[in-house]
Amino acid sequence: MKVLVPVKRVIDYNVKVRVKADGTGVDLANVKMSMNPFDEIAVEEAIRLREAGKVAEVVVVSIGMKQSDQTLRTALAMGADRAILVVAADDVHQDIEPLAVAKILKAVVDEEKPDLVLAGKQAIDNDMNATGQMLSALLGWSQATFASDIDIDGDHATVTREVDGGLRTIKVKMPTIITVDLRLNEPRYASLPNIMKAKKKPLDQKTAADYGVDVSPRLEIISTGEPDERAAGIKVADVAELVAKLKEAGAV
Amino acid sequence: MAVLLLAEVAGGELSVDATAKTVTAAKALGDVTILCASAGCGGAAEAAAKLDGVVKVLCADDAAYGHDLAEPVADLIVSLAGDYDHILAPATSSAKNVMPRVAALLDVMVMSDVSGVVDGDTFQRPIYAGNAIQTVKSSDNKKVLTIRTTSFDAAGQGGSAAVESIAAVANPGLSEWIEDKVAQSDRPELTSAGVVVSGGRGIGSEDGFQLIEKLADKLGGAVGASRAAVDSGYAPNDWQVGQTGKVVAPDLYIAVGISGAIQHLAGMKDSKIIVAINKDEEAPIFQVADFGLVADLFDAVPALIEEL
Ligand SMILES: Cc1cc2nc3c(=O)[nH]c(=O)nc-3n(C[C@H](O)[C@H](O)[C@H](O)COP(=O)(O)OP(=O)(O)OC[C@H]3O[C@@H](n4cnc5c(N)ncnc54)[C@H](O)[C@@H]3O)c2cc1C
Ligand SMILES: Nc1ncnc2c1ncn2[C@@H]1O[C@H](COP(=O)(O)O)[C@@H](O)[C@H]1O
Repeated sequence: MKVLVPVKRVIDYNVKVRVKADGTGVDLANVKMSMNPFDEIAVEEAIRLREAGKVAEVVVVSIGMKQSDQTLRTALAMGADRAILVVAADDVHQDIEPLAVAKILKAVVDEEKPDLVLAGKQAIDNDMNATGQMLSALLGWSQATFASDIDIDGDHATVTREVDGGLRTIKVKMPTIITVDLRLNEPRYASLPNIMKAKKKPLDQKTAADYGVDVSPRLEIISTGEPDERAAGIKVADVAELVAKLKEAGAV
Repeated sequence: MAVLLLAEVAGGELSVDATAKTVTAAKALGDVTILCASAGCGGAAEAAAKLDGVVKVLCADDAAYGHDLAEPVADLIVSLAGDYDHILAPATSSAKNVMPRVAALLDVMVMSDVSGVVDGDTFQRPIYAGNAIQTVKSSDNKKVLTIRTTSFDAAGQGGSAAVESIAAVANPGLSEWIEDKVAQSDRPELTSAGVVVSGGRGIGSEDGFQLIEKLADKLGGAVGASRAAVDSGYAPNDWQVGQTGKVVAPDLYIAVGISGAIQHLAGMKDSKIIVAINKDEEAPIFQVADFGLVADLFDAVPALIEEL
Protein backbone atom coordinates (compact mmCIF):
# COMPACT_ATOMS: atom_id res chain seq x y z
CA MET A 1 0.00 0.00 0.00
CA LYS A 2 1.16 3.48 -0.87
CA VAL A 3 0.36 6.64 1.08
CA LEU A 4 0.46 10.17 -0.30
CA VAL A 5 0.90 13.03 2.18
CA PRO A 6 0.43 16.63 0.99
CA VAL A 7 2.52 19.02 3.11
CA LYS A 8 2.28 22.79 3.03
CA ARG A 9 5.00 25.32 3.81
CA VAL A 10 3.46 27.95 6.08
CA ILE A 11 4.51 30.67 8.49
CA ASP A 12 5.88 29.06 11.67
CA TYR A 13 3.14 28.84 14.28
CA ASN A 14 5.28 30.73 16.81
CA VAL A 15 5.75 33.79 14.61
CA LYS A 16 3.63 36.87 15.31
CA VAL A 17 1.78 37.70 12.11
CA ARG A 18 1.95 41.31 10.91
CA VAL A 19 -0.56 42.84 8.55
CA LYS A 20 1.12 45.02 5.89
CA ALA A 21 0.43 48.71 6.32
CA ASP A 22 -0.94 49.05 2.78
CA GLY A 23 -3.60 46.42 3.42
CA THR A 24 -2.40 44.08 0.68
CA GLY A 25 -1.73 41.11 2.92
CA VAL A 26 0.43 39.87 5.77
CA ASP A 27 4.17 40.30 5.75
CA LEU A 28 5.85 37.01 4.94
CA ALA A 29 9.19 38.36 3.77
CA ASN A 30 12.03 37.04 5.94
CA VAL A 31 9.79 35.28 8.46
CA LYS A 32 10.45 31.76 9.65
CA MET A 33 8.52 29.18 7.60
CA SER A 34 7.82 25.59 8.68
CA MET A 35 5.75 22.59 7.79
CA ASN A 36 2.06 23.10 8.62
CA PRO A 37 1.76 21.44 12.09
CA PHE A 38 -1.16 19.22 11.03
CA ASP A 39 0.92 17.95 8.12
CA GLU A 40 3.68 16.87 10.51
CA ILE A 41 1.04 14.75 12.22
CA ALA A 42 0.00 13.29 8.84
CA VAL A 43 3.62 12.48 7.91
CA GLU A 44 4.15 10.88 11.32
CA GLU A 45 1.05 8.71 10.90
CA ALA A 46 2.14 7.58 7.45
CA ILE A 47 5.57 6.62 8.75
CA ARG A 48 4.03 4.70 11.66
CA LEU A 49 1.83 2.79 9.21
CA ARG A 50 4.95 1.84 7.26
CA GLU A 51 6.77 0.85 10.44
CA ALA A 52 3.77 -1.32 11.35
CA GLY A 53 4.16 -3.10 8.01
CA LYS A 54 0.85 -1.84 6.62
CA VAL A 55 2.38 0.57 4.13
CA ALA A 56 5.19 0.05 1.66
CA GLU A 57 5.91 3.60 0.55
CA VAL A 58 5.29 7.12 1.85
CA VAL A 59 5.32 9.85 -0.82
CA VAL A 60 5.12 13.51 0.22
CA VAL A 61 4.04 16.30 -2.09
CA SER A 62 4.09 20.07 -1.71
CA ILE A 63 2.63 22.76 -3.94
CA GLY A 64 3.88 26.31 -3.86
CA MET A 65 7.19 28.10 -4.15
CA LYS A 66 10.48 26.43 -5.03
CA GLN A 67 11.39 26.86 -1.34
CA SER A 68 8.79 24.26 -0.40
CA ASP A 69 11.55 21.75 -1.18
CA GLN A 70 12.82 22.51 2.33
CA THR A 71 9.51 21.38 3.79
CA LEU A 72 9.71 18.22 1.72
CA ARG A 73 13.27 17.59 2.96
CA THR A 74 11.95 17.86 6.52
CA ALA A 75 9.33 15.22 5.73
CA LEU A 76 12.01 13.02 4.14
CA ALA A 77 14.16 13.46 7.24
CA MET A 78 11.24 12.35 9.40
CA GLY A 79 11.15 9.18 7.30
CA ALA A 80 9.13 9.69 4.13
CA ASP A 81 10.56 7.79 1.15
CA ARG A 82 10.17 10.14 -1.77
CA ALA A 83 9.00 13.67 -2.54
CA ILE A 84 7.29 15.60 -5.32
CA LEU A 85 7.58 19.37 -5.51
CA VAL A 86 5.00 21.14 -7.68
CA VAL A 87 6.17 24.69 -8.31
CA ALA A 88 3.09 26.88 -8.76
CA ALA A 89 4.07 30.24 -7.26
CA ASP A 90 7.08 32.51 -7.38
CA ASP A 91 6.18 34.82 -4.52
CA VAL A 92 5.64 33.74 -0.93
CA HIS A 93 2.57 35.99 -0.76
CA GLN A 94 0.84 34.03 -3.52
CA ASP A 95 -1.23 31.36 -1.76
CA ILE A 96 -2.58 28.59 -3.98
CA GLU A 97 -6.27 28.08 -3.19
CA PRO A 98 -7.49 24.70 -1.90
CA LEU A 99 -9.48 24.04 -5.08
CA ALA A 100 -6.36 24.42 -7.25
CA VAL A 101 -4.28 22.42 -4.77
CA ALA A 102 -6.91 19.67 -4.84
CA LYS A 103 -6.85 19.62 -8.66
CA ILE A 104 -3.07 19.25 -8.69
CA LEU A 105 -3.26 16.58 -6.00
CA LYS A 106 -5.86 14.74 -8.04
CA ALA A 107 -3.45 14.67 -10.98
CA VAL A 108 -0.69 13.40 -8.68
CA VAL A 109 -3.04 10.70 -7.35
CA ASP A 110 -3.96 9.65 -10.89
CA GLU A 111 -0.26 9.20 -11.60
CA GLU A 112 0.93 7.72 -8.30
CA LYS A 113 -2.17 5.62 -7.51
CA PRO A 114 -1.90 5.70 -3.72
CA ASP A 115 -4.41 3.77 -1.61
CA LEU A 116 -4.56 6.48 1.01
CA VAL A 117 -4.08 10.25 1.17
CA LEU A 118 -3.31 11.61 4.63
CA ALA A 119 -3.66 15.40 4.73
CA GLY A 120 -3.79 17.95 7.51
CA LYS A 121 -7.17 19.14 8.74
CA GLN A 122 -6.32 22.78 8.21
CA ALA A 123 -3.49 24.99 7.02
CA ILE A 124 -2.70 27.48 9.80
CA ASP A 125 -2.18 30.35 7.35
CA ASN A 126 -5.43 30.51 5.36
CA ASP A 127 -7.40 28.50 7.96
CA MET A 128 -9.54 27.04 5.16
CA ASN A 129 -10.00 23.44 6.29
CA ALA A 130 -10.99 22.43 2.78
CA THR A 131 -8.34 20.73 0.65
CA GLY A 132 -8.83 17.12 1.79
CA GLN A 133 -12.60 17.29 1.37
CA MET A 134 -12.18 18.89 -2.08
CA LEU A 135 -9.70 16.27 -3.23
CA SER A 136 -12.02 13.53 -2.03
CA ALA A 137 -14.87 15.07 -4.06
CA LEU A 138 -12.75 15.34 -7.22
CA LEU A 139 -11.65 11.70 -6.92
CA GLY A 140 -15.08 10.40 -5.90
CA TRP A 141 -13.45 8.73 -2.91
CA SER A 142 -14.67 8.40 0.66
CA GLN A 143 -13.48 10.92 3.23
CA ALA A 144 -12.82 10.89 6.97
CA THR A 145 -11.93 14.31 8.34
CA PHE A 146 -10.50 15.44 11.72
CA ALA A 147 -9.11 12.01 12.63
CA SER A 148 -7.85 11.22 16.11
CA ASP A 149 -7.55 7.47 15.53
CA ILE A 150 -7.02 5.45 12.36
CA ASP A 151 -7.21 1.71 11.92
CA ILE A 152 -6.63 0.34 8.43
CA ASP A 153 -7.90 -3.15 7.78
CA GLY A 154 -7.81 -4.44 4.20
CA ASP A 155 -10.29 -2.59 2.04
CA HIS A 156 -11.68 -0.45 4.89
CA ALA A 157 -10.43 2.09 7.39
CA THR A 158 -12.08 2.73 10.73
CA VAL A 159 -11.56 6.34 11.74
CA THR A 160 -12.46 8.16 14.94
CA ARG A 161 -13.22 11.82 14.23
CA GLU A 162 -13.14 14.83 16.54
CA VAL A 163 -16.55 16.49 16.12
CA ASP A 164 -18.40 19.28 17.95
CA GLY A 165 -20.26 16.87 20.22
CA GLY A 166 -17.29 14.63 21.07
CA LEU A 167 -16.02 11.69 19.07
CA ARG A 168 -17.58 9.93 16.10
CA THR A 169 -16.31 6.70 14.56
CA ILE A 170 -16.98 5.88 10.91
CA LYS A 171 -15.87 3.15 8.54
CA VAL A 172 -14.77 4.21 5.07
CA LYS A 173 -13.98 2.27 1.91
CA MET A 174 -10.44 2.35 0.60
CA PRO A 175 -9.01 4.18 -1.25
CA THR A 176 -9.76 7.08 1.03
CA ILE A 177 -8.73 10.55 2.14
CA ILE A 178 -8.19 11.14 5.82
CA THR A 179 -7.49 14.56 7.31
CA VAL A 180 -5.74 14.46 10.65
CA ASP A 181 -6.44 16.33 13.88
CA LEU A 182 -4.15 17.31 16.76
CA ARG A 183 -4.66 14.27 18.98
CA LEU A 184 -3.75 11.61 16.39
CA ASN A 185 -0.09 11.37 17.39
CA GLU A 186 2.95 13.34 18.44
CA PRO A 187 5.29 13.85 15.49
CA ARG A 188 8.91 12.84 15.87
CA TYR A 189 11.88 15.13 15.39
CA ALA A 190 14.26 14.33 12.60
CA SER A 191 17.66 13.18 13.87
CA LEU A 192 20.85 14.64 12.42
CA PRO A 193 21.83 11.41 10.59
CA ASN A 194 18.34 11.25 9.10
CA ILE A 195 18.58 14.88 7.98
CA MET A 196 21.81 13.95 6.18
CA LYS A 197 20.21 10.86 4.64
CA ALA A 198 17.20 12.87 3.50
CA LYS A 199 19.42 14.96 1.24
CA LYS A 200 19.95 11.87 -0.93
CA LYS A 201 16.33 10.79 -1.11
CA PRO A 202 14.56 11.37 -4.44
CA LEU A 203 12.76 14.70 -4.92
CA ASP A 204 11.00 15.19 -8.26
CA GLN A 205 10.29 18.70 -9.41
CA LYS A 206 7.20 19.51 -11.47
CA THR A 207 5.08 22.56 -12.30
CA ALA A 208 1.34 23.14 -12.16
CA ALA A 209 1.44 23.33 -15.96
CA ASP A 210 2.87 19.79 -16.13
CA TYR A 211 -0.45 18.66 -14.65
CA GLY A 212 -2.47 21.04 -16.82
CA VAL A 213 -3.98 22.78 -13.82
CA ASP A 214 -4.90 26.46 -13.88
CA VAL A 215 -4.03 27.87 -10.47
CA SER A 216 -5.45 31.35 -10.97
CA PRO A 217 -7.45 32.29 -7.89
CA ARG A 218 -11.24 32.31 -7.75
CA LEU A 219 -11.18 34.66 -4.79
CA GLU A 220 -9.77 38.11 -5.37
CA ILE A 221 -8.23 39.55 -2.23
CA ILE A 222 -9.69 43.03 -1.90
CA SER A 223 -7.95 43.93 1.33
CA THR A 224 -6.35 42.50 4.44
CA GLY A 225 -6.83 44.35 7.69
CA GLU A 226 -6.07 44.16 11.37
CA PRO A 227 -8.74 42.65 13.60
CA ASP A 228 -10.39 44.95 16.13
CA GLU A 229 -8.01 45.61 19.01
CA ARG A 230 -9.26 45.07 22.54
CA ALA A 231 -8.92 48.03 24.85
CA ALA A 232 -6.38 47.44 27.62
CA GLY A 233 -7.89 46.08 30.83
CA ILE A 234 -6.86 46.29 34.44
CA LYS A 235 -5.35 44.01 37.05
CA VAL A 236 -7.45 43.44 40.15
CA ALA A 237 -5.83 42.97 43.55
CA ASP A 238 -7.89 40.05 44.80
CA VAL A 239 -11.01 37.96 44.34
CA ALA A 240 -13.19 40.48 46.19
CA GLU A 241 -12.22 43.25 43.78
CA LEU A 242 -12.77 40.94 40.82
CA VAL A 243 -16.29 40.13 41.98
CA ALA A 244 -16.99 43.84 42.58
CA LYS A 245 -15.81 44.74 39.08
CA LEU A 246 -17.84 41.95 37.49
CA LYS A 247 -20.95 43.11 39.35
CA GLU A 248 -20.29 46.70 38.29
CA ALA A 249 -20.03 45.56 34.67
CA GLY A 250 -23.24 43.59 35.02
CA ALA A 251 -21.41 40.37 34.08
CA VAL A 252 -22.57 38.34 37.11
CA MET B 1 -31.23 35.85 -5.44
CA ALA B 2 -31.89 32.55 -3.70
CA VAL B 3 -29.98 31.08 -0.80
CA LEU B 4 -29.84 27.46 0.34
CA LEU B 5 -28.90 27.06 3.99
CA LEU B 6 -27.91 23.67 5.39
CA ALA B 7 -29.33 23.58 8.91
CA GLU B 8 -27.30 22.14 11.75
CA VAL B 9 -29.26 19.11 12.90
CA ALA B 10 -27.80 17.02 15.72
CA GLY B 11 -29.51 13.87 16.97
CA GLY B 12 -32.58 14.73 14.89
CA GLU B 13 -32.97 18.12 16.56
CA LEU B 14 -32.32 21.54 15.10
CA SER B 15 -29.38 23.40 16.61
CA VAL B 16 -31.41 26.57 16.81
CA ASP B 17 -28.64 28.97 17.78
CA ALA B 18 -26.16 28.02 15.03
CA THR B 19 -28.88 27.85 12.38
CA ALA B 20 -30.58 31.12 13.41
CA LYS B 21 -27.29 33.03 13.32
CA THR B 22 -26.55 31.69 9.86
CA VAL B 23 -30.04 32.78 8.76
CA THR B 24 -29.06 36.35 9.65
CA ALA B 25 -26.01 36.14 7.38
CA ALA B 26 -28.10 34.51 4.65
CA LYS B 27 -30.95 37.04 4.73
CA ALA B 28 -28.57 39.71 3.50
CA LEU B 29 -28.04 37.65 0.33
CA GLY B 30 -31.58 36.76 -0.75
CA ASP B 31 -34.57 34.50 -0.08
CA VAL B 32 -33.58 31.79 2.36
CA THR B 33 -34.52 28.14 1.92
CA ILE B 34 -33.41 25.87 4.74
CA LEU B 35 -32.41 22.27 4.11
CA CYS B 36 -32.76 19.80 6.97
CA ALA B 37 -31.08 16.53 6.07
CA SER B 38 -31.29 13.91 8.75
CA ALA B 39 -33.00 10.72 9.84
CA GLY B 40 -36.32 11.74 11.35
CA CYS B 41 -35.82 15.44 10.78
CA GLY B 42 -39.49 16.47 10.73
CA GLY B 43 -39.22 18.19 14.12
CA ALA B 44 -36.07 20.01 13.08
CA ALA B 45 -37.80 21.19 9.90
CA GLU B 46 -40.77 22.52 11.90
CA ALA B 47 -38.38 24.39 14.19
CA ALA B 48 -36.48 25.82 11.21
CA ALA B 49 -39.73 27.01 9.64
CA LYS B 50 -40.26 29.28 12.65
CA LEU B 51 -37.07 31.27 12.09
CA ASP B 52 -37.65 34.82 10.91
CA GLY B 53 -36.88 35.42 7.25
CA VAL B 54 -37.04 31.81 6.08
CA VAL B 55 -39.25 31.34 3.02
CA LYS B 56 -39.16 27.57 2.68
CA VAL B 57 -37.86 24.50 4.47
CA LEU B 58 -36.83 21.33 2.66
CA CYS B 59 -36.86 18.18 4.73
CA ALA B 60 -34.83 15.23 3.45
CA ASP B 61 -35.68 12.52 5.93
CA ASP B 62 -33.58 9.48 5.22
CA ALA B 63 -31.35 7.09 7.15
CA ALA B 64 -28.49 8.00 4.78
CA TYR B 65 -28.39 11.50 6.28
CA GLY B 66 -28.57 10.39 9.90
CA HIS B 67 -24.95 10.83 10.90
CA ASP B 68 -23.64 13.69 8.75
CA LEU B 69 -21.70 11.41 6.41
CA ALA B 70 -20.12 13.82 3.94
CA GLU B 71 -20.60 11.94 0.68
CA PRO B 72 -24.41 11.45 0.68
CA VAL B 73 -25.11 14.90 2.19
CA ALA B 74 -22.86 16.60 -0.40
CA ASP B 75 -24.58 14.75 -3.24
CA LEU B 76 -27.98 15.86 -1.93
CA ILE B 77 -26.93 19.51 -1.76
CA VAL B 78 -25.39 19.37 -5.24
CA SER B 79 -28.64 17.92 -6.62
CA LEU B 80 -30.46 21.02 -5.31
CA ALA B 81 -27.76 23.57 -6.12
CA GLY B 82 -29.13 24.57 -9.54
CA ASP B 83 -31.83 26.73 -7.94
CA TYR B 84 -29.53 28.74 -5.70
CA ASP B 85 -26.82 31.38 -5.99
CA HIS B 86 -25.49 30.97 -2.45
CA ILE B 87 -25.13 27.83 -0.37
CA LEU B 88 -24.45 28.43 3.31
CA ALA B 89 -24.05 26.51 6.53
CA PRO B 90 -22.88 27.37 10.04
CA ALA B 91 -19.16 26.64 10.48
CA THR B 92 -19.70 23.54 12.62
CA SER B 93 -17.63 20.38 12.39
CA SER B 94 -20.36 18.69 10.34
CA ALA B 95 -20.64 21.54 7.82
CA LYS B 96 -16.87 21.93 7.57
CA ASN B 97 -16.83 18.26 6.65
CA VAL B 98 -19.39 18.59 3.87
CA MET B 99 -19.29 22.12 2.38
CA PRO B 100 -15.80 22.00 0.79
CA ARG B 101 -16.90 18.74 -0.81
CA VAL B 102 -19.99 20.48 -2.21
CA ALA B 103 -17.86 23.36 -3.52
CA ALA B 104 -15.42 21.05 -5.31
CA LEU B 105 -18.27 19.10 -6.92
CA LEU B 106 -19.59 22.43 -8.23
CA ASP B 107 -16.08 23.51 -9.27
CA VAL B 108 -16.12 26.59 -7.04
CA MET B 109 -13.96 27.72 -4.13
CA VAL B 110 -15.33 27.46 -0.61
CA MET B 111 -15.15 30.39 1.81
CA SER B 112 -14.75 29.04 5.32
CA ASP B 113 -15.66 30.75 8.58
CA VAL B 114 -17.09 33.91 6.98
CA SER B 115 -17.40 36.65 9.60
CA GLY B 116 -18.84 39.42 7.45
CA VAL B 117 -21.05 39.80 4.37
CA VAL B 118 -20.13 42.87 2.30
CA ASP B 119 -22.30 42.06 -0.72
CA GLY B 120 -23.37 39.01 -2.73
CA ASP B 121 -19.83 38.42 -4.03
CA THR B 122 -17.72 39.89 -1.26
CA PHE B 123 -17.09 38.42 2.16
CA GLN B 124 -14.80 38.82 5.13
CA ARG B 125 -13.04 36.01 6.94
CA PRO B 126 -10.32 35.72 9.55
CA ILE B 127 -7.00 34.20 8.52
CA TYR B 128 -3.78 33.42 10.46
CA ALA B 129 -5.66 32.52 13.66
CA GLY B 130 -7.64 35.73 13.47
CA ASN B 131 -4.54 37.93 13.31
CA ALA B 132 -5.80 39.36 10.03
CA ILE B 133 -9.19 39.81 8.44
CA GLN B 134 -9.32 39.25 4.72
CA THR B 135 -11.96 40.68 2.39
CA VAL B 136 -12.37 38.47 -0.67
CA LYS B 137 -14.47 38.79 -3.79
CA SER B 138 -15.56 35.57 -5.44
CA SER B 139 -15.69 35.26 -9.22
CA ASP B 140 -17.46 31.89 -9.03
CA ASN B 141 -21.01 31.54 -10.36
CA LYS B 142 -22.11 30.01 -7.07
CA LYS B 143 -20.81 30.90 -3.64
CA VAL B 144 -20.37 28.16 -1.06
CA LEU B 145 -19.63 29.39 2.44
CA THR B 146 -19.59 28.44 6.09
CA ILE B 147 -20.54 31.12 8.57
CA ARG B 148 -18.74 32.00 11.80
CA THR B 149 -21.82 32.11 13.99
CA THR B 150 -20.28 34.27 16.74
CA SER B 151 -20.15 37.16 14.24
CA PHE B 152 -23.92 37.28 13.66
CA ASP B 153 -26.97 37.80 15.88
CA ALA B 154 -29.57 35.06 15.86
CA ALA B 155 -32.66 35.52 13.67
CA GLY B 156 -35.89 35.76 15.65
CA GLN B 157 -38.72 33.31 16.01
CA GLY B 158 -41.71 34.82 14.16
CA GLY B 159 -41.59 32.83 10.91
CA SER B 160 -44.03 30.38 9.41
CA ALA B 161 -42.36 28.97 6.31
CA ALA B 162 -43.81 26.04 4.41
CA VAL B 163 -42.14 22.68 4.93
CA GLU B 164 -41.68 20.46 1.90
CA SER B 165 -40.51 16.87 2.03
CA ILE B 166 -37.93 15.95 -0.57
CA ALA B 167 -36.65 12.53 -1.60
CA ALA B 168 -33.16 11.33 -0.89
CA VAL B 169 -30.71 11.02 -3.76
CA ALA B 170 -28.66 7.88 -4.43
CA ASN B 171 -26.23 7.12 -1.61
CA PRO B 172 -22.74 6.45 -2.98
CA GLY B 173 -22.26 4.07 -0.04
CA LEU B 174 -18.60 4.94 0.54
CA SER B 175 -18.80 5.24 4.31
CA GLU B 176 -20.88 4.11 7.23
CA TRP B 177 -21.42 5.31 10.76
CA ILE B 178 -20.19 3.10 13.60
CA GLU B 179 -20.65 4.98 16.87
CA ASP B 180 -20.69 8.32 18.65
CA LYS B 181 -19.07 9.06 21.99
CA VAL B 182 -20.96 12.11 23.09
CA ALA B 183 -20.91 13.26 26.68
CA GLN B 184 -24.36 14.23 27.94
CA SER B 185 -24.38 17.41 29.95
CA ASP B 186 -26.95 19.75 31.46
CA ARG B 187 -24.67 22.70 30.82
CA PRO B 188 -25.37 25.13 28.00
CA GLU B 189 -23.69 24.50 24.69
CA LEU B 190 -20.16 25.89 24.53
CA THR B 191 -20.57 27.92 21.34
CA SER B 192 -23.77 29.67 22.43
CA ALA B 193 -23.33 29.95 26.22
CA GLY B 194 -23.48 33.38 27.85
CA VAL B 195 -20.68 32.42 30.21
CA VAL B 196 -17.69 30.20 29.49
CA VAL B 197 -15.13 29.12 32.07
CA SER B 198 -12.03 27.57 30.48
CA GLY B 199 -9.14 25.74 32.06
CA GLY B 200 -5.62 25.27 30.79
CA ARG B 201 -2.54 23.25 31.54
CA GLY B 202 -2.30 25.10 34.85
CA ILE B 203 -5.21 23.02 36.15
CA GLY B 204 -2.77 20.12 36.29
CA SER B 205 -5.13 17.13 36.26
CA GLU B 206 -8.50 15.77 35.20
CA ASP B 207 -9.62 15.99 38.86
CA GLY B 208 -8.52 19.60 38.98
CA PHE B 209 -11.00 20.36 36.22
CA GLN B 210 -13.83 19.78 38.69
CA LEU B 211 -12.92 23.17 40.10
CA ILE B 212 -13.51 24.73 36.66
CA GLU B 213 -16.78 22.85 36.30
CA LYS B 214 -17.93 24.05 39.73
CA LEU B 215 -17.25 27.67 38.81
CA ALA B 216 -19.04 27.20 35.47
CA ASP B 217 -22.06 25.68 37.20
CA LYS B 218 -22.14 28.50 39.72
CA LEU B 219 -22.40 30.93 36.79
CA GLY B 220 -24.71 28.77 34.67
CA GLY B 221 -21.99 28.60 32.06
CA ALA B 222 -20.27 26.14 29.77
CA VAL B 223 -16.79 24.67 30.25
CA GLY B 224 -13.96 25.18 27.79
CA ALA B 225 -10.31 24.18 27.66
CA SER B 226 -7.02 25.01 26.00
CA ARG B 227 -5.40 22.58 23.62
CA ALA B 228 -2.77 21.76 26.23
CA ALA B 229 -5.48 20.76 28.72
CA VAL B 230 -7.14 18.52 26.12
CA ASP B 231 -3.84 17.00 24.94
CA SER B 232 -2.95 16.24 28.56
CA GLY B 233 -6.23 14.39 29.01
CA TYR B 234 -7.67 16.82 31.57
CA ALA B 235 -10.63 17.69 29.35
CA PRO B 236 -12.45 16.12 26.36
CA ASN B 237 -11.64 17.25 22.81
CA ASP B 238 -14.97 18.97 22.26
CA TRP B 239 -14.11 21.51 24.97
CA GLN B 240 -11.15 22.91 23.04
CA VAL B 241 -11.45 26.61 22.31
CA GLY B 242 -9.22 28.18 19.67
CA GLN B 243 -7.99 28.41 16.10
CA THR B 244 -8.50 24.72 15.54
CA GLY B 245 -11.20 24.12 18.14
CA LYS B 246 -14.38 26.03 18.84
CA VAL B 247 -14.91 29.75 18.49
CA VAL B 248 -16.85 31.33 21.34
CA ALA B 249 -17.93 34.88 22.11
CA PRO B 250 -19.84 34.81 25.39
CA ASP B 251 -20.69 37.84 27.54
CA LEU B 252 -18.18 36.56 30.08
CA TYR B 253 -15.12 34.38 29.43
CA ILE B 254 -12.99 33.30 32.37
CA ALA B 255 -9.59 31.83 31.46
CA VAL B 256 -8.01 29.91 34.31
CA GLY B 257 -4.42 28.65 34.12
CA ILE B 258 -4.24 29.48 30.42
CA SER B 259 -1.19 31.35 29.10
CA GLY B 260 -2.95 32.96 26.12
CA ALA B 261 -1.21 31.58 23.02
CA ILE B 262 -2.47 33.16 19.77
CA GLN B 263 -4.10 29.86 18.85
CA HIS B 264 -6.20 30.05 22.00
CA LEU B 265 -6.97 33.77 21.65
CA ALA B 266 -8.27 33.06 18.13
CA GLY B 267 -11.21 31.26 19.67
CA MET B 268 -12.24 33.67 22.43
CA LYS B 269 -10.97 37.20 21.91
CA ASP B 270 -14.35 38.44 20.69
CA SER B 271 -15.89 37.69 24.11
CA LYS B 272 -17.48 40.73 25.72
CA ILE B 273 -15.70 40.57 29.06
CA ILE B 274 -12.57 38.49 29.54
CA VAL B 275 -11.26 37.54 32.98
CA ALA B 276 -7.86 35.87 33.36
CA ILE B 277 -6.60 34.08 36.45
CA ASN B 278 -2.95 33.14 36.16
CA LYS B 279 -0.06 33.06 38.59
CA ASP B 280 2.38 34.44 36.03
CA GLU B 281 1.89 38.19 35.72
CA GLU B 282 3.69 38.15 32.36
CA ALA B 283 1.24 35.67 30.80
CA PRO B 284 0.02 37.03 27.42
CA ILE B 285 -3.60 36.29 28.35
CA PHE B 286 -3.49 39.47 30.48
CA GLN B 287 -3.06 41.53 27.30
CA VAL B 288 -6.61 40.70 26.24
CA ALA B 289 -8.19 40.46 29.71
CA ASP B 290 -10.52 43.20 30.96
CA PHE B 291 -9.90 41.99 34.50
CA GLY B 292 -6.69 40.14 35.32
CA LEU B 293 -6.02 38.44 38.62
CA VAL B 294 -2.46 37.32 39.33
CA ALA B 295 -2.98 34.46 41.75
CA ASP B 296 -2.70 30.75 42.29
CA LEU B 297 -5.84 29.32 40.76
CA PHE B 298 -6.22 26.78 43.54
CA ASP B 299 -6.69 29.69 45.98
CA ALA B 300 -8.53 32.07 43.68
CA VAL B 301 -11.14 29.80 42.11
CA PRO B 302 -12.53 28.37 45.38
CA ALA B 303 -12.63 31.91 46.78
CA LEU B 304 -14.43 33.11 43.67
CA ILE B 305 -17.02 30.33 43.92
CA GLU B 306 -17.48 31.31 47.57
CA GLU B 307 -17.95 35.03 46.83
CA LEU B 308 -20.38 34.65 43.94
C1 LIG C 1 -1.53 23.81 14.87
C2 LIG C 1 -1.82 24.27 16.26
C3 LIG C 1 -3.13 24.48 16.62
C4 LIG C 1 -3.45 24.88 17.90
N1 LIG C 1 -4.76 25.08 18.22
C5 LIG C 1 -5.07 25.47 19.47
C6 LIG C 1 -6.42 25.73 19.85
O1 LIG C 1 -7.35 25.61 19.05
N2 LIG C 1 -6.67 26.10 21.13
C7 LIG C 1 -5.68 26.25 22.06
O2 LIG C 1 -5.98 26.56 23.22
N3 LIG C 1 -4.40 26.02 21.72
C8 LIG C 1 -4.08 25.64 20.47
N4 LIG C 1 -2.77 25.39 20.16
C9 LIG C 1 -1.77 25.33 21.25
C10 LIG C 1 -1.24 26.67 21.70
O3 LIG C 1 -0.16 27.05 20.88
C11 LIG C 1 -0.73 26.57 23.16
O4 LIG C 1 0.24 25.56 23.25
C12 LIG C 1 -1.84 26.24 24.16
O5 LIG C 1 -2.94 27.11 23.99
C13 LIG C 1 -1.30 26.37 25.58
O6 LIG C 1 -2.26 25.94 26.50
P1 LIG C 1 -2.20 26.49 28.00
O7 LIG C 1 -2.29 27.96 28.00
O8 LIG C 1 -3.25 25.73 28.77
O9 LIG C 1 -0.80 25.94 28.52
P2 LIG C 1 0.51 26.75 28.90
O10 LIG C 1 0.95 27.62 27.80
O11 LIG C 1 1.45 25.73 29.42
O12 LIG C 1 0.04 27.71 30.06
C14 LIG C 1 -0.35 27.27 31.33
C15 LIG C 1 -0.55 28.53 32.17
O13 LIG C 1 -1.03 28.17 33.45
C16 LIG C 1 -0.43 29.01 34.43
N5 LIG C 1 -0.47 28.29 35.69
C17 LIG C 1 0.16 27.14 36.03
N6 LIG C 1 -0.15 26.77 37.28
C18 LIG C 1 -0.99 27.72 37.76
C19 LIG C 1 -1.64 27.90 39.03
N7 LIG C 1 -1.52 27.02 40.01
N8 LIG C 1 -2.42 28.99 39.17
C20 LIG C 1 -2.57 29.91 38.17
N9 LIG C 1 -1.97 29.78 36.97
C21 LIG C 1 -1.20 28.69 36.78
C22 LIG C 1 0.96 29.26 33.91
O14 LIG C 1 1.46 30.48 34.45
C23 LIG C 1 0.74 29.34 32.41
O15 LIG C 1 0.52 30.67 31.98
C24 LIG C 1 -2.42 25.03 18.87
C25 LIG C 1 -1.10 24.85 18.49
C26 LIG C 1 -0.80 24.47 17.20
C27 LIG C 1 0.62 24.27 16.83
N1 LIG D 1 -0.01 24.12 -1.16
C1 LIG D 1 -0.17 22.92 -0.57
N2 LIG D 1 0.74 21.95 -0.74
C2 LIG D 1 0.59 20.75 -0.17
N3 LIG D 1 -0.44 20.43 0.62
C3 LIG D 1 -1.39 21.36 0.84
C4 LIG D 1 -1.31 22.65 0.26
N4 LIG D 1 -2.38 23.36 0.66
C5 LIG D 1 -3.11 22.54 1.46
N5 LIG D 1 -2.51 21.33 1.58
C6 LIG D 1 -2.98 20.16 2.35
O1 LIG D 1 -4.34 20.36 2.71
C7 LIG D 1 -4.47 20.49 4.13
C8 LIG D 1 -5.58 21.48 4.47
O2 LIG D 1 -5.28 22.76 3.98
P1 LIG D 1 -6.38 23.91 3.83
O3 LIG D 1 -7.55 23.31 3.13
O4 LIG D 1 -5.71 24.99 3.03
O5 LIG D 1 -6.72 24.36 5.22
C9 LIG D 1 -3.09 20.85 4.62
O6 LIG D 1 -2.91 20.47 5.96
C10 LIG D 1 -2.21 20.04 3.66
O7 LIG D 1 -2.18 18.66 4.02
